[in-house]
Amino acid sequence: MHEMGIVLHLAKTLDETAVEEKITKIGKVTLQVGEVSGIMTDLFTDAWDYFKGRHPVLSESTLVIEPIKAVTWCDGCKKEYETVLYGKTCPYCGSGETWLVRGNECVIKEIEAECEEPDSE
Amino acid sequence: MKIIELKETVTASNDRDAEALRAEMKEKGTLLINLMASPGAGKTTLLERTIRDLSGDYNIAVLEADVDSSVDAERIEKVGAKAIQVHTGGMCHMDAGMTRNGLEEMGYEGVDLAFLENVGNLICPAEFDTGAGKKVMILSTPEGDDKPLKYPLMFTESDVLIISKIDVAEYFDFDFEKCEERAKKLNPNITIFKLSSKTGEGFEAWEKWLRGAVADWKDAAK
Repeated sequence: MHEMGIVLHLAKTLDETAVEEKITKIGKVTLQVGEVSGIMTDLFTDAWDYFKGRHPVLSESTLVIEPIKAVTWCDGCKKEYETVLYGKTCPYCGSGETWLVRGNECVIKEIEAECEEPDSE
Repeated sequence: MKIIELKETVTASNDRDAEALRAEMKEKGTLLINLMASPGAGKTTLLERTIRDLSGDYNIAVLEADVDSSVDAERIEKVGAKAIQVHTGGMCHMDAGMTRNGLEEMGYEGVDLAFLENVGNLICPAEFDTGAGKKVMILSTPEGDDKPLKYPLMFTESDVLIISKIDVAEYFDFDFEKCEERAKKLNPNITIFKLSSKTGEGFEAWEKWLRGAVADWKDAAK
């Protein structure tokens, strides 16, 4: 259910960007979503399609989600392994002294935008 | 259309709001504690006893966040603290904007210690920065010692873990050692208190920590 909350914040973040950059319309919104971010991408896209209508600048936008594989680093044997397969325990040496390197993020990579002023190019 | 690279976290607007609120509260000398736990872990009961013990020395206020009803705010007012009930409108957590609105509506001028009693939930509240100075979570013994394994983010994010309802722990086969080991594995810096809001056992250490946290917060503002 927290997808709804995150979608609200995404809309607000993009609204603020639109004001700063004088954007009139946002097209494709590319998100990078980590495997262990806890975000269900189907739910997230549905929530987005529902909420974008409330923001004129976002009403025609589409979400593109790029998944990011989760990777954990082991302090014990200094190796990386796939988080989803082995969790907190290192498959090489059995150590629990392990840290997530990436995979819990949810980042706005880029947006397609139409601006008030014509491009200088 | 042109492409704009943002490389910003999705909740960037909330993170900015949270930083601004934290800075403002530091300036005013009000320590806001984000109190998180499952429904029924004993958040309000913990606050009732804490307020009774500390209200002689500190001006305390509570922001009660729930999806519906105002029963919690009424309980807090009965023990003599200022309280406001915030309805999250169906949302499962509080964010920085909702926290600011609640605090400003209630007014926190002269308040030394404010608690945000977050929505009962071990998942979503951990993901949103509310602007609080410290995060405290409660795990009650009937919930089981395996909760750090199931809800790791909450334990990773919290400064303090309170294991509550220790007076009934034996009925639920709660293994303190295992629970603490699991929590420390996720978050080596977490401070752990074991207490019972019913008998008052263990409150001394918790309240000593609170006094220290308020003093540190006010010192940092100077």
